[in-house]
Amino acid sequence: MRDVLVALRKDLLLQWRGRAQVVAIFTFGAATLLLFSLAIGPDSASLRQHAAGFLWLGLLLASTLSLAEGFEREMEEQALEGLLLLPASARALYFGKAIANCAQLALLGAALVPVTVVLYDAGTTRLLPLGGVILLGTAGLSAPGTLYSAMTAQTRGRHTLLPLLLFPLVVPVLLAAVKATSLLILGDPMGQLRPWASLLAAFAVLHWALGGLLFARVVED
Amino acid sequence: MRPMIAVAAAGVCRRYGRRWALTDVSFELPEGALAMVTGRNGSGKTTLLRVLATAIRADRGTVSVLGHDARRDPETVRRNVALLGHRTHLYEPLTALENLAIAARFLRMDARRPALLVRLEQVGLARRADDAVQTFSAGMRQRLALARVLQQEPRIALLDEPYGHLDAPGSLLVDGVLQALKARGATVLMATHLLQRGRALCDRALVLEEGRLVFAGAPASMPEPEGAGAPGAEGP
Repeated sequence: MRDVLVALRKDLLLQWRGRAQVVAIFTFGAATLLLFSLAIGPDSASLRQHAAGFLWLGLLLASTLSLAEGFEREMEEQALEGLLLLPASARALYFGKAIANCAQLALLGAALVPVTVVLYDAGTTRLLPLGGVILLGTAGLSAPGTLYSAMTAQTRGRHTLLPLLLFPLVVPVLLAAVKATSLLILGDPMGQLRPWASLLAAFAVLHWALGGLLFARVVED
Repeated sequence: MRPMIAVAAAGVCRRYGRRWALTDVSFELPEGALAMVTGRNGSGKTTLLRVLATAIRADRGTVSVLGHDARRDPETVRRNVALLGHRTHLYEPLTALENLAIAARFLRMDARRPALLVRLEQVGLARRADDAVQTFSAGMRQRLALARVLQQEPRIALLDEPYGHLDAPGSLLVDGVLQALKARGATVLMATHLLQRGRALCDRALVLEEGRLVFAGAPASMPEPEGAGAPGAEGP
């Protein structure tokens, strides 16, 4: 646990030093939302109907940039290898980075909500449940995202390979997150939010457990 | 009483794709030895050090460090070994102090500023403690990487071209570090092309040629590898 905190501290510090990049990633996400809204047209009912889907698609596309960026810093001077040789536990390094990635994506998601409200007229007063769904959804994205960004970090076509590997794997997370967010925006007369949020939590737990188990195999020779 | 064997390699082979970088390399280093490994570019020096440090695995053969098998017990091996590689193992956006602090926390050592400044003073970088590594010259990065090796207080130090990128004072600093490591009983194996320097400092030498160990013995009787130790390549 102590090593996880040390790794998390290191990753948060690296993210803070690269905060200019976070602004660029947010701008990318917001631009994606703007383009999707332009594609739908001025029909406000239609915009509102699809808002949750586009919010999560924007977040997913932006996440591939931030996830890939996180591992480039580890590979530049083989810093990750240096930590493994100290020796630091590969599992601790994974959870530290995955938690930092999750925090960054959750903040990004929270920052994209007001953009969605403005562009799609898709507000909700249930902010706490929305925060919970964003946290669970980003947890479900960041765990496999961290694992796959480690796998692809040393490959030539990493920026293409990462989404190719990641997107099929996170389809269930995306579906559950979109459905749960839609229920919060459009109303939930049948009380379906809890089962969708539970499903989202189950996927997140599964991805985090698998990531913790497999990361050492990915980063060790 | 015979000194304990610090590093033992038996029939070590390693390949990258279809090319064998190391072929049947076997040798032993007693504890406290200060040894050099030399050979032409691409002869397998870096691969050998990386196999010994458990950064990569041998495809065949066994490596034992202080009696621990590198394949079965890499954690224990890593606790006793420090590697100075071609790449610095540093985070470029972070400062020198922050880089040392991260390592210190993982090593459960004192990560407070005064303790880390002592390390930086050892390598002449205390004045640049709060500067990001990405603003450092190659020589300064090498010094910081060396500080991290010292920070680990290793029983075995594996140094790949420790004189690389360094100016004359930096090279003298490495000489001092090697002597200090030896004085406190650590075993040192360094890869170098600087034959004169190696002969003056080391008590053992290994020579690799195309991945094969062709010489292991006293540096004085070491054959001169073709093309190695170019005139003027060795500083003060």
